Amino acid sequence: MVTETKEAKNSNAKTGTLLVKKALPQMLKSGVIMDVVNAEQAKIAEAAGAVAVMALERVPADIRANGGVARMSDPELIIQIKEAVSIPVMAKARIGHFVEAQILESLGVDCIDESEVLTPADEEFHIDKSKFQIPFVCGARNLGEALRRIGEGAAMMRTKGEAGTGDVVEAVRHARTILGEIRKLTVLPKEELMTYAKNIGAPFEIILQVAETGKLPVVNFAAGGIATPADAALMMQLGVDGVFVGSGIFKSGNPQKRAEAIVKATTFYNDPAVLAEVSRNLGEPMVGRTVQSLSEAETLAKRGW
Amino acid sequence: MRLAVLALQGDFAEHAEMLHACGAEEIVFVRRAADLEGVDGLVIPGGESTTIAKLTGNTTDPIFDTIIDKAKNGMPVYGTCMGLIFLAREIEGYSQGRLALMNIKVRRNAFGSQKFSREESLSIPELGAESFPLVFIRGPIIISAGADVDVFASVAEGIVMCRQGNLLATAFHPELTEDTRVHAFFINMVKEYLQEKSSKKDSTEVPVTAGRTLATAGRS
Repeated sequence: MVTETKEAKNSNAKTGTLLVKKALPQMLKSGVIMDVVNAEQAKIAEAAGAVAVMALERVPADIRANGGVARMSDPELIIQIKEAVSIPVMAKARIGHFVEAQILESLGVDCIDESEVLTPADEEFHIDKSKFQIPFVCGARNLGEALRRIGEGAAMMRTKGEAGTGDVVEAVRHARTILGEIRKLTVLPKEELMTYAKNIGAPFEIILQVAETGKLPVVNFAAGGIATPADAALMMQLGVDGVFVGSGIFKSGNPQKRAEAIVKATTFYNDPAVLAEVSRNLGEPMVGRTVQSLSEAETLAKRGW
Repeated sequence: MRLAVLALQGDFAEHAEMLHACGAEEIVFVRRAADLEGVDGLVIPGGESTTIAKLTGNTTDPIFDTIIDKAKNGMPVYGTCMGLIFLAREIEGYSQGRLALMNIKVRRNAFGSQKFSREESLSIPELGAESFPLVFIRGPIIISAGADVDVFASVAEGIVMCRQGNLLATAFHPELTEDTRVHAFFINMVKEYLQEKSSKKDSTEVPVTAGRTLATAGRS
C-alpha cells in the first residue's frame, strides 16, 4: 500500500489544479470503469482489465429492486477496495451532498461520481466541485446539463442513461443528444451563441469554447444500461471516450468473462470480427428491464438539475 | 517518416496531436501487430498498465512480440507513465505483463492517489535552458536504472526521465502541456535511426539495440 502522507517536496509543485483533475479521466480513455460492491469484485474487475472501479453499496439493479434511500458507501468498504486494487478507485456521492464528497476525498478516492443513481440530497443545487482537490464525474442527458456541471467544476462527464436496467436505449439517446448538440453548435454564427447559451441554460464562456473546438472540454464516457460487448462498442462508435458498466457485469452469469469481453470490445469497437469473437458464450446476461416499462417515479435520469 | 501511437487504451489522441504539432505528417494508431508495418517510431501513451498488459498478453495477435522485435532492431520507442511501466524490466511488487526492454525498476503510483497528482516545472538540460512543465497523474517513478541508462531528470521521489539507446521514457505527461520539446526530441531520435538505417545499407555495421542486458520479456 502506497503511503498517503507524502508531501510534494518541490516548492513549485501544485496539486488539485484543473489540469491535474482533468488529466485523470484522460488516462482512462478507451477503457471500462466497473461498478463493484466489495474487494473481491474489485479484484475480478482489475484482472479483467478495468481502468478503474466504482465503489458503491449496491449496484443500480439492486437499488431499483430494494428501494429505500441510496447513499454513499460505508467508508470501510471503500478502504478495503482501495487496498485490494492498484487501479483508480471512484466512489459515488449523492447529488448536492458535499459532506459525503468531503468524506470520500479524505478517504483518498481518485474521483467522485456525483450520481443520480443515489437518492439526491438537494433538489436544487449540485456540489461546488471546483473546491475539491480530486476530480468529479457527473451525468448528463443533454449539452446544457453537461455544461452546467462543467461550470460547477466537473472534470469528466458521462451520459446518464437509465442505470440498473440493462437497456442501452437511454444512453444512446443521451449520447446522440449531447454529441448532436455539439455538432450543431459548431456551425452557429457567433451572434446566436449568447441566446443559445441562455436557452439551454449553459455558461456562455464554455459555449464559446465548445463552438470553437467541437468537443466538450472534458472527457465524456457513456453510462447507464450497458450490458454487453456490443452495447459498449455501440457507444464507442457513437463517439464517447469510454464506458461505465454498472449492474451489467456482476448481475450476469459469468462476470469475469463478460468483463474481459467488454474491455476488449471497448478497445476494438470498430472491428466486428473481434466483437463477434468476444461476444461468444458469455453466459446469461443480466435479466434487465426495459426503460419503457418503468413508471415516472422509477426513472433515475430525471434526477439532477 | 511514419510515427505510431499505441492506441489500445489511454491518452493516445493527445500524443498524436503533439506529434502533429511537431510537424509529423504520417501518424498511425496501432491496435494490432499489422498496424506496425513500416512504422519508424512508436509512442506508448499514458493509461492503466494492468489494462495494457491484459490487452497485449491475452491475445492471438502477435502485437507484443512485434513491438519487442522492432525495438530490438533499433526502432525508437517513447513511453509516458503507463508506457514507462510497460517498457520496464522490473515493476516493484507486481509481475504484470510488460515489454521488459528498459533496464529500469519502477514503482507504480509512487506519488499516491489522485489527490497527490501534481504539476511543477523542472530544468532538464537535454531539452534546453527553459524549464519543462511536468504533470504527474498517479505517476510511477524509476527507483533504479542500469549503467546503460542515461538519466535526464529526477525529482525528490526518484528518476522521472531517462534514455537507453533507442528507448525514451518519462514518468510525466508532456502531451498534456503545450510544450512540444520532449516529442521533438523523440522525433529527432527517429530521424537519427532512419539516417543510420540508410547508411547501414552500405555497410555491415551493427545497429544500436535495445535491452541488450535482458534475458526474456515478462509476458504474463
